[in-house]
Amino acid sequence: MKLREIVELLDAQVLCGDDMDLEIQTACGTDMMSDALAFIEDQGMLLTGLINPQSVRTAEMLDMRCICFVRGKVPGDDVVELARQRGIAVLTTRYRMFSACGKLYQAGLRGGDC
Amino acid sequence: MSSSSVQPIVQLYEVPGNDFTRAGEASSKVKGILKKLGYDPDAIRRVSIAMYEGEINMVIHANGGIARVEIFPDRVEILLSDQGPGIADVEKAMEEGYSTAPDEVRALGFGAGMGLPNMKKCCDEFRIDTAIGKGTDVYMIIRVRGSKS
Ligand SMILES: Nc1ncnc2c1ncn2[C@@H]1O[C@H](COP(=O)(O)OP(=O)(O)O)[C@@H](O)[C@H]1O
Ligand SMILES: [Mg+2]
Repeated sequence: MKLREIVELLDAQVLCGDDMDLEIQTACGTDMMSDALAFIEDQGMLLTGLINPQSVRTAEMLDMRCICFVRGKVPGDDVVELARQRGIAVLTTRYRMFSACGKLYQAGLRGGDC
Repeated sequence: MSSSSVQPIVQLYEVPGNDFTRAGEASSKVKGILKKLGYDPDAIRRVSIAMYEGEINMVIHANGGIARVEIFPDRVEILLSDQGPGIADVEKAMEEGYSTAPDEVRALGFGAGMGLPNMKKCCDEFRIDTAIGKGTDVYMIIRVRGSKS
């Protein structure tokens, strides 16, 4: 699924990232970074309510390409800047975790485990 | 020539204990070096995850420590060394879900008790030396798959 499609489905605001053709294949939704760190899939994205720098670090370690903050959360500029430096797109959506994940799942994105 | 006679690239990092926002900087730097050197992406990811979880542990459980990383052509060796409280029951600490982290740490996204087991999973060799009141050494080796060793 292209990043463009994810932005549309989640009615998301793009905080950084300009390649809307970026291909995302899997997603992981959690506020616990250690859960995410056990998620090893290629071309993944992270949905989370955690807006501290460790969300970006976690995505970086996993070679993820995109983070979407849920529940309308907006991280500080330092966090967005860290993501920009790492080439990770950052989105924010007003949808809560369950709804955001559900919308993406319905549109065909998978978690790597089914 | 056997690869063990090759001089490794050695990196030393201080991991500050008082600044959670900086946790992960050392792992990020190591990741950058390995990428630049063209290491296998799977090996880089395993190094990154294992070292990052270990770095976080030093910050949240041991008030910081030192990371020493040796990069060989066929493997990466990581020593994480702290002078924190030590681990009373290592077997228990290795169980998935076991955590002594306080709620403040969980609010920061860590403390699910998945760090140590995941670190072990990422590594080809994994050892913990710890003493109560003295500190903890975590020693990890990640081999580059497909390389001769
Ligand atoms: N460097 C360390 N110093 C002291 N205790 C540690 C250290 N690393 C891990 N521990 C102990 O082992 C437990 C399990 O660690 P881990 O699996 O990483 O889970 P978590 O960090 O989420 O609590 C920790 O809760 C802590 O009690
Ligand atoms: Mg941990």
